[in-house]
Amino acid sequence: MKRNNLLGALISMPAVLIYSLFVIYPLISAFRYSFTSWDGIGAKEFVGLANYIQIFQSPELVASIKNSLSLIVFFSVFPIFFGLLLANFIVRIRTQKIRSITQVILFFPQILPLAASGIAWSWMYAKNGLVNQFLTAVGLEKFAQSWLAGFSTALPAVGIIGAWVLTGFCAVLLATGISKIDSSLYEAARIDGANWWSEFRNVTIPGLRQEISVLITVTTIAALSSFDIIYVTTLGGPGSSTLVPGISIYRLAFTQSSVGLASAFGILLMVIVLIAIVPIQFYSRRSDQ
Amino acid sequence: MLSKLNVSKVGLKLIALGSVAALAVSLISLPTAANAESVATTLTKNKITLVIADETGFPLTDKLAEEFTKQHPNVKFKINRDSFANLTANSPRLLASNNAPDLIRLPTIGDTVKNKLLLNLDPYVKAYGWDKWSAAQLSGLRVNSKNVRGSGNLYQLGLGYSITGVFMNLNHAKTLGITAPPESLAEFEADLAKAKAANILPIMAGDKDGVVNFAVQALINTYGDRQKLSDWIYNVPGATYNTPGAIKGADKIREWADKGYFPEDINAIDYFTFITRFQNGEGLFEFNGNWEAANVQAKLGANSKFFLFPSLNKGGKHVAMGAANSFSVPAKSKNKTAIVYFLNWIHTNAAARQITLDVTGATPGGDPKTALPKVAAGSLIEDGLKMAAQLSKDNGYIDFMANATAGIYANAIIPQSQLLVGSKITGKDFVTAVQESYAKELGR
Repeated sequence: MKRNNLLGALISMPAVLIYSLFVIYPLISAFRYSFTSWDGIGAKEFVGLANYIQIFQSPELVASIKNSLSLIVFFSVFPIFFGLLLANFIVRIRTQKIRSITQVILFFPQILPLAASGIAWSWMYAKNGLVNQFLTAVGLEKFAQSWLAGFSTALPAVGIIGAWVLTGFCAVLLATGISKIDSSLYEAARIDGANWWSEFRNVTIPGLRQEISVLITVTTIAALSSFDIIYVTTLGGPGSSTLVPGISIYRLAFTQSSVGLASAFGILLMVIVLIAIVPIQFYSRRSDQ
Repeated sequence: MLSKLNVSKVGLKLIALGSVAALAVSLISLPTAANAESVATTLTKNKITLVIADETGFPLTDKLAEEFTKQHPNVKFKINRDSFANLTANSPRLLASNNAPDLIRLPTIGDTVKNKLLLNLDPYVKAYGWDKWSAAQLSGLRVNSKNVRGSGNLYQLGLGYSITGVFMNLNHAKTLGITAPPESLAEFEADLAKAKAANILPIMAGDKDGVVNFAVQALINTYGDRQKLSDWIYNVPGATYNTPGAIKGADKIREWADKGYFPEDINAIDYFTFITRFQNGEGLFEFNGNWEAANVQAKLGANSKFFLFPSLNKGGKHVAMGAANSFSVPAKSKNKTAIVYFLNWIHTNAAARQITLDVTGATPGGDPKTALPKVAAGSLIEDGLKMAAQLSKDNGYIDFMANATAGIYANAIIPQSQLLVGSKITGKDFVTAVQESYAKELGR
C-alpha cells in the first residue's frame, strides 16, 4: 500500500510541478500584484485596496463586467436550449452514418480557431456581407446594417458568434447523455401514454441534469472570460459597447503597463466566475446524492 | 465523474485566467544600470550578428540590413518580427530580459527610460555630429529627467520620418470639377459637400481601430495651438487637452459625421479595409501618411495627389503630424557601438537613405544639407518630400496625440472617437473624456 502511494506521488510529481509553476505560483503572484501599483518592470508600490476600488469607480470597467454578464444569455442560455432540441433530433436519427455526420457538422465550430471564426463572421456582418444579402433577398432590406458598427447591435452580434460556436458542442454532449439514459424509462413513459413533450420533460431533462450542469459551468466561464471573438471582431467597440473584462485586462497589463490594476481585475473576474458557477456545482452535486 | 472532471478543468482555466499577466511579468529579470561605456564611432572588424526586433509587414530593416552587410561583410543581422500589437505589448519585458535585442522598434517610450532600459544616445550626438540634424525632428525622441518627452536626453532615432496629409482621388476630383487640392478649410469642406451631393463618398475612413483620429487631429491642429497640443502630447505638467481648439476640431468631426461625409459603417472598418477601399477607388479623400504613398501610387497611379491638410485660411501656416519610425537601443544590447554606427549609417549613407525613401516613402532625416535621395518626378513620394519641406518651413511638425500616453489610444481616443463619429457625443464630451483618461493615467 505504502509502495503504491509512493509510486502515485512519483507519477503525479511532474504534473504537480508544472501546475505549481505555471498556475499556482502566477496566481499567488497576481494576488500580490493586485495590491500594488506596478508597471511590470520598475519598483512596486503597495497601495492596499486602491486597485479594487478603482475598478468599481471606473464606469468603463464596470460596463465591461455588465457586458460579459449579458453575454451569458448568448453563450449559455441559447446554446443549451438549442443544444437540447438538436440532441433530441440527433438521437432520433436511425441511420448511424447520418447521425455521425450530423454530429461532426454540429461540432465543427469547436474545431475552428476562434480567431478565424471571428474574422469570417465579421465579413458576414459587414455592410455588404452575407447577413445583409440574405435580409435583402427576403425583402427585409430596411433592417440591413453594419451589425458590428451599431452601438445596440454589436453586443448581440458577437453574442451570436458565441452561440454558434457553443451550440454544436452542447448538442453533441447532450446527445451522448441522452443515449446513456435507460431505455426502459422511455418505454415505461410510453406505456403510460406520455407524448413527446412529456417524455422530454419527465425523462430526458432529469436524465441530463449532470450534463446540463457541466454545460452551464463551461459556457458561463466562456461568456465571462471571452476575449478572442471580441478582440478579432470589435476590439471592444464601438465605444465600449462590447468591452469585456478579458479585453480590459489585456489592455491594462500590456498596453498601459498597469500590472497591479490588471491583476486586481483578473482576481475580481475569477471571483465573479466562482460566484456564478459554485452554486451550480453545489446544486448539481446535492441533487446527485 | 463527468462533473468532477470538468470542475478540475474549470479550476485550471480559472486559475490560468487570473494569472496570465502575472506569469508574463514574473519570468523576467530586472534590468541592470545603464552602461557608462566610452563612445566609439568606429565599426568593429570582428564578425558580429546584430539582433533587431521589428514589427511584421515593414520590410525596411531587411533591406537596410542587406545593404549594410554588403558594405560591411563582417556584420550579419537577425531580425525578429512580431505583430505591432504584440511587439508593443511585450517590449518592456523584452528590453528587461537578458537576451534583449540590439535595436528595437519602440513606438511609445512609456516608462522604459524611467526604468533605465534604453541607451542614452546623447554621447553619440556630438561624436557623430547629429547636432546638425533637424532639432524639431528629434525633439519627440528626447526624454528629460522628469520622464517628459520633448527635451532631455536622446533615446531614439527614426528609420524614416513620416508625415501625414490627405490623399485625393483625382478621378473623382475631375468628375466633381475640383482642379487643385484645397488651400483652406472652407475649400476642403466645399469639396466634401460637392462629393456628397454627387453621391461620391467624401472621406474614406475607418474607426474600428481608431484611425479616424488622423482626421480628428488634423482639425484640432487647424483650430488649436500647436505648442499647447504638443506640450500635452509630451506630458508637460499643467498641459491640457481641454482647449477651445480641440473642442472645435472634434465638433467639426461630429458635424462631418452627421452630414454623412464618412462611410456609414465606419466603426466596423479597420485600417487595412479603408486603405484598400480607397486604393480601389472608393472615396474622394483619405487621411493618412506618406508610408502609404507608394501603395496608393501603385493602385491609383497618376490619378492621385497627396497634400498637407489645409490651414484655416488660405496662405496660413500648416501643422501636421509627423513622427519618426522610432527605434531604440536597449541598455542591455551587447553591441552598442556597432548598432549606433548602423543607425548613423542609415541617416548618412546615400544608398541607405535611398532605401529608406524607396521602401517607406518617408524622408530619411539626417543633416538637412545632405542631398535628398532620387525620386520619380510627379510621384506621391515627391509630394511627400515637398510637404515635409513645407512643414519644416512652417515649423508645423507635431507628434500624434495617440502617443501621449501608453493607454490613451485604447482607453479613450478609440472608444470616444467611435462615439463621436457615431453621432453619440459632442466635441466637448470627446475632449473631456480624453483629458480625464489622460489625467487618470498620469496620476494628475
